[in-house]
Amino acid sequence: MSQKILLDKINIPGIKTYEVYRQNGGYASVEKALKTLTPDEVVEEVKTSGLRGRGGAGFPAGMKWSFIDKKSGKPRHLVCNADESEPGTFKDRYLMEFIPHLLIEGMITSSYALGANLSYIYIRGEYMWVYKILERAINEAKAAGFLGKNILGSGYDLELYVHCGAGAYICGEETALIESLEGKRGNPRIKPPFPAISGLWANPTVVNNVETIAAVPWIINNTGAEYAKIGIGRSTGTKLISASGHIKNPGVYEIELGLSVYEFMNSDEYLGGMSSDRPLKAFVPGGSSVPVLPAHLIYKTANGEDRLMSYESLSDGGFATGSMLGSGGFIVYNDTSCIVRNTWNFSRFYHHESCGQCSPCREGTGWMEKVLHRIENGHGREEDIDLLLSIQSKIEGNTICPLGDAAAWPVAAAIRHFREEFEYHIRFPEKIKNRDHFVAEPFEKVKHLVSKVIV
Amino acid sequence: MKVTIDGQSIEVEPGTTILQAARMIGGEVVPPAMCYYSKLKGSGGKCRCCLVEVAKGSEADPRPMPKLMASCVTGCMDGMEVNSKSSPRVQEARKSVTEFLLINHPLDCPVCDQAGECDLQNLSFEHGKSETRFIEEKRTFEPENIGPNIQLHMNRCILCYRCVMVADQLTDDRVHGVMDRGDHSNISTCISKAVDNEFSGNMIDVCPVGALTDKTFRFKSRVWFSKPYNAHRNCPTCSGKTTVWMFGDEIQRVTGRKDEYHEVDEFICNGCRFDHKDIADWTIEGPRAFEKDSVINQNKYNRKLQKVEIATEENILLGREEDRKKISMVEIPLTEEDIINQKSLGNNG
Repeated sequence: MSQKILLDKINIPGIKTYEVYRQNGGYASVEKALKTLTPDEVVEEVKTSGLRGRGGAGFPAGMKWSFIDKKSGKPRHLVCNADESEPGTFKDRYLMEFIPHLLIEGMITSSYALGANLSYIYIRGEYMWVYKILERAINEAKAAGFLGKNILGSGYDLELYVHCGAGAYICGEETALIESLEGKRGNPRIKPPFPAISGLWANPTVVNNVETIAAVPWIINNTGAEYAKIGIGRSTGTKLISASGHIKNPGVYEIELGLSVYEFMNSDEYLGGMSSDRPLKAFVPGGSSVPVLPAHLIYKTANGEDRLMSYESLSDGGFATGSMLGSGGFIVYNDTSCIVRNTWNFSRFYHHESCGQCSPCREGTGWMEKVLHRIENGHGREEDIDLLLSIQSKIEGNTICPLGDAAAWPVAAAIRHFREEFEYHIRFPEKIKNRDHFVAEPFEKVKHLVSKVIV
Repeated sequence: MKVTIDGQSIEVEPGTTILQAARMIGGEVVPPAMCYYSKLKGSGGKCRCCLVEVAKGSEADPRPMPKLMASCVTGCMDGMEVNSKSSPRVQEARKSVTEFLLINHPLDCPVCDQAGECDLQNLSFEHGKSETRFIEEKRTFEPENIGPNIQLHMNRCILCYRCVMVADQLTDDRVHGVMDRGDHSNISTCISKAVDNEFSGNMIDVCPVGALTDKTFRFKSRVWFSKPYNAHRNCPTCSGKTTVWMFGDEIQRVTGRKDEYHEVDEFICNGCRFDHKDIADWTIEGPRAFEKDSVINQNKYNRKLQKVEIATEENILLGREEDRKKISMVEIPLTEEDIINQKSLGNNG
């Protein structure tokens, strides 16, 4: 049984309420930070812990905090990014729904570290019931004196608000989130200036994921050095993984980083193996925007080392043979699933969610979706595969925000690892027309039809 | 601060963007810009046409920037080295953006009022291809009437946001904006039915394509058939300094005075633009200079035209001797006169 940091109290009945949370050691980090530590010492602890941003990019949180412009004298803000919309990721919802006070506690401690007196939780519109849970939790915390003026007699003031978005994936991008929070259209801003210099209402702002902020109380209670002991190498601490797909036990799991993918997949403590006797075909380790990996690259990296659940090991081999930990949306496919359909589905999502501000993403995501839709429905042309690769390479890196890259990577990876499946769709449209093509006839059985004939 | 763009160095003030520095140098190094407009605050960075490669970040931090940067929103640093036209990566990116902008564009230039002064035409002339890889149905929008003066063709729009910024920064109330998202984002009026602000006509001038055109000039003439003159009038609301486009004695349309990057010098009011089409309203200053390569240059006569002589072989139109013999009818021999004529033309056969 590995160490639990975020979910250790999740099964205590009534942990949603302030009283139970408080009785179980809740808000200890606020007391410790406000009474015994200076804001800079809190930042130092987080830096020592090596905690990395859990939203997907994996940027060290302490480093991000130290970039915030404290000299300008402008008010500073902490914004919690709860706009979790990545397909395959649902960890933040779980955390906020079942233990909301952990996030509130993290927000207070982190805001204190940054010197922010006005902080926000930006939650996606689809999480309306979670929004209400958080509102209630904030009111409870306020009644108990953990929010508002002069918290615990320390002279530190903090107002915390929950803001409900209107349901746009793009508002999970930090600058688009800030725009949306300001009441504008959720278009990403052009960087620089970065939010640490000019963010919400042109004030220095830090935007952190829910899970990152929820890890802060433990770090303050147990010191950063303790946190750094968990995990492996530069991937310290624990990570929530939202597992879904063809596995026995889907759900949210807290793992110590450095656990092997094999163990995570097959041990009964975690996913418990595949849901049926159909073999594993592919998996996406970090939500829809990271490259998909084929079966032979899942448990072992290209060099033959064990693949571990860590930032480094999952991206081992770059995009050619690796992927990314991303936000921890662990999606598993068995051999009945169709990679082409899955890629089209992801592509459709990015087409729908592109903000339409910059041309490569606005036009390119729609184009890719249309081409993939044609291939999937048996109207593909042989040249469409190269066309897709060409479109994705033209989007990648040329856009304002990372949504363009996120739309381009899964397509490139699917073609890189599963090109034959695309060829099969194009060459045998009659075999895929009933949409059950790999159920009766897994791709392995028909692979010979598209493999190159060697004379 | 010293910046080097494609090997040409220039001293610039801090805060200058790469695009502005390139425009100071001028010529080939200037990146194309579809959404950036120097007179509009916050414009730029959207179309991605002006991407450049930063080969050296600055003197202090000489690392190159990994991604291509939008030159219109990237500030210059001291000692920065930028590759614009000289970089194959940049050329490739511009080609890609041009392709992306054109896949859903209706390409109805033959019936578009903007044709001839369209930035997208210029961009595709420079960076486009003559064939398309896009076989899908193009995205279309329902036509929308946005008032008596301005015609909106949403299908042609490239979403540069310039018209939104004009309305934001120039007029009191913005009644139009970008609706929806992704490739269905569109310019539209939301609650108000018509865009009728006194300065709203400037949306037409800033539009790089034919998405917003002048209804009073609609289908009247191709732009290159009328001749632009600088003119002014005593206007109570704006500077009154405009360009009038004339065909004979008729003023066909009135626009702002545009510089070489197609940006107006001064914004003008709707009164000047739409309501004063009588020659008596204006004091004509004289013909405007226009770009040599522009299609506006057609049928214009404010410079002395030179007679062009094409050096060809003399008598080339007569054809070869054997060919002439072959098609001559034997039954009807050449007359005496024909033979003399032929000889005098230099044909002795």
